[in-house]
Amino acid sequence: MKKIILGWLLILLYAGNLHAQRVKGSETVLPITQKAAENFIKSHPRTNVTVTGGGSGVGISSLMSGTTDIAQTSRRIKFDERKKIKFAGNNLREVEVAFDALAIVVHPSNKVSQLTREQLSGIFTGKIKNWKEVGGEDLKIIPYSRETSSGTYEFFKESVLKHKNFMSGIMSMPANGAVIQSVSQTRGAIAYVGLAYLSDKVKPLAVSYDSGKTFVKPSVESAKNKSYPIVRPLYYYYLSKDEAKVKNFIDYLLSPTGQKIVEETGYVPVS
Amino acid sequence: MAQKNLLGKITEKLTESLLTLSGALTTIAILFITIFLFKEGFGLFKSPAIEDGYGLYVHPENPVNQLHPLDVKNMYDEEIINWNELGGANQEIMVFRIDDVFDYYTDEDLGENYSLLPEKLGYIISDHKNIIAYVPEEFAPSVTQGAKKVKVHNTTLSDFFLGKEWLPTATPSPLFGALPLILGTLLVSLIAIVLALPLGLGVAVYLSELADERMRKFLKPVIELLAGIPSVVYGFFGLVVVAPLVQKAFNLPVGETAFTGGLILAIMALPTIISVAEDAIRNTPTAMREASLALGATQWQTIYKVVIPYAGSGISAAAVLGIGRAVGETMAVLMITGNAAVIPSTIFEPVRTIPATIAAELGEAPSGGQHFQSLFLLGCILFLISMIISIVSEMISKKKTYKSL
Repeated sequence: MKKIILGWLLILLYAGNLHAQRVKGSETVLPITQKAAENFIKSHPRTNVTVTGGGSGVGISSLMSGTTDIAQTSRRIKFDERKKIKFAGNNLREVEVAFDALAIVVHPSNKVSQLTREQLSGIFTGKIKNWKEVGGEDLKIIPYSRETSSGTYEFFKESVLKHKNFMSGIMSMPANGAVIQSVSQTRGAIAYVGLAYLSDKVKPLAVSYDSGKTFVKPSVESAKNKSYPIVRPLYYYYLSKDEAKVKNFIDYLLSPTGQKIVEETGYVPVS
Repeated sequence: MAQKNLLGKITEKLTESLLTLSGALTTIAILFITIFLFKEGFGLFKSPAIEDGYGLYVHPENPVNQLHPLDVKNMYDEEIINWNELGGANQEIMVFRIDDVFDYYTDEDLGENYSLLPEKLGYIISDHKNIIAYVPEEFAPSVTQGAKKVKVHNTTLSDFFLGKEWLPTATPSPLFGALPLILGTLLVSLIAIVLALPLGLGVAVYLSELADERMRKFLKPVIELLAGIPSVVYGFFGLVVVAPLVQKAFNLPVGETAFTGGLILAIMALPTIISVAEDAIRNTPTAMREASLALGATQWQTIYKVVIPYAGSGISAAAVLGIGRAVGETMAVLMITGNAAVIPSTIFEPVRTIPATIAAELGEAPSGGQHFQSLFLLGCILFLISMIISIVSEMISKKKTYKSL
């Protein structure tokens, strides 16, 4: 009797290992993975997907230590992390699962409706201090940033500031929601948020990356056809030896049904 | 019977040793935490100013040999754009990061385990006379091909305690100037206590001396409820309600200021101040009160001349505990002070406090790195402030003065 139970347990464990996959990492990618995992489990009853947040860095370090099968990140893997994985004898696989656009937002009463990348860089590094320098009224510019631990902060710094540092003493908020709240009640404010967080309480600006020739407003459409410039890919990373294990779920997310989920959660599909 | 006695004795002994053990364990834990905190914190001054395992390299013909962290930061920020500002030749600075290597070569070009990377980096550096390259040391460009390592000064004590710029994630050269954070913490706590102390004292006197029983039965639980509200709710309330109010009332460009933070912290410190002060006032012996009244003093004179001086040490302890609550508060200030690391010139400017900095940054600081150590050092400062506060409150509450009576 005992042997039979033990046998069953072993089979169960084996089956569990075969069909369970763990996804861990960025809070930005979390809503997509969560929704996709729910639907995936519904259509594939013998599988299980566990999804946890914690941040892009946490996801990748879990991938190294083997406590997750997929790392979801809102930034490209860093050289150091890539190196560690390669030195441990593993091969890394990278998949872009969705895009996220960053919208530049100001107070609704602000007359300025478009800015170039150079102007944005000037504002966030502290060189442009008054709205009248960029065609607005005579009002002090109050830039809001995110905390340094956020992937959004890193991406904005890379894309808009071209790796330069934010001005010292910039206001920094702990979450996207707090940024929206502060901008909506501060007349001179300017900030950046993920496209999914845009609301009527703030005004999004059109942005130009070609020194003012074309200005594009942020929207899912403009991000999809690549005309909006501040777009970042969201990644899944896994080790090549786990490919068979994670392939089904990733294929599902990249399929038309999966990409529809991406769009429903407020992000931009890859295809 | 004898057996029962024996059992009782054993239980007694066991309990005794358990109690001793728990006491010892607590002490050891506290000591361990303190040692860990300081060991990690002071590691900052021993770590190199740029990330461990990384180096800065220039073309061998470049005369620059040493750089200050601030210069490195300004170079990568394009504040310094010509080598002649740093004593080099008159040419524009070209900054290079390791990830830029993929603009020149593909992953395959770099060979198995990146074994060809040093060689390729050597080529890139010798091709550009104006380059400064920030690359991992284990892939250091081979010097024979032409590359020179530049030294960067370590962070010093004065850089940390007197530095005015807090840019812990700047690459390649982060800046750890804690002065704005220390001043921010002290300013917010000061505002909080200036607002909370008179109010709290007033409520305590009212509750213990003037209010009738029904009023006290209503007010006491309400005040205790204040202490039970989670700090994140205070923060949320502050951000949505108090910040816009402050902004309108004082006609400010931003509502998230040191004053807003102080206001919310004052509300949060009130329950502590009120209950400790009220206990102290209630502890004044009835005999003293009656003696004062019997001598013909009015009720107000009794409160002012007898009760408050008698309860003086308790009231001071209340104030100090209130400050302690304000100094260590994290979540509420994180949401409402704006978190801008600048030295405030007025109380209506955004500030960044030490607890908020630790809470916001520790999550993603690479463990053991410079940023991590600098946050521990901030923790040490906070620990010292709290320790001074509790020693002072201990001293005050022990001292019972009757001289003024």
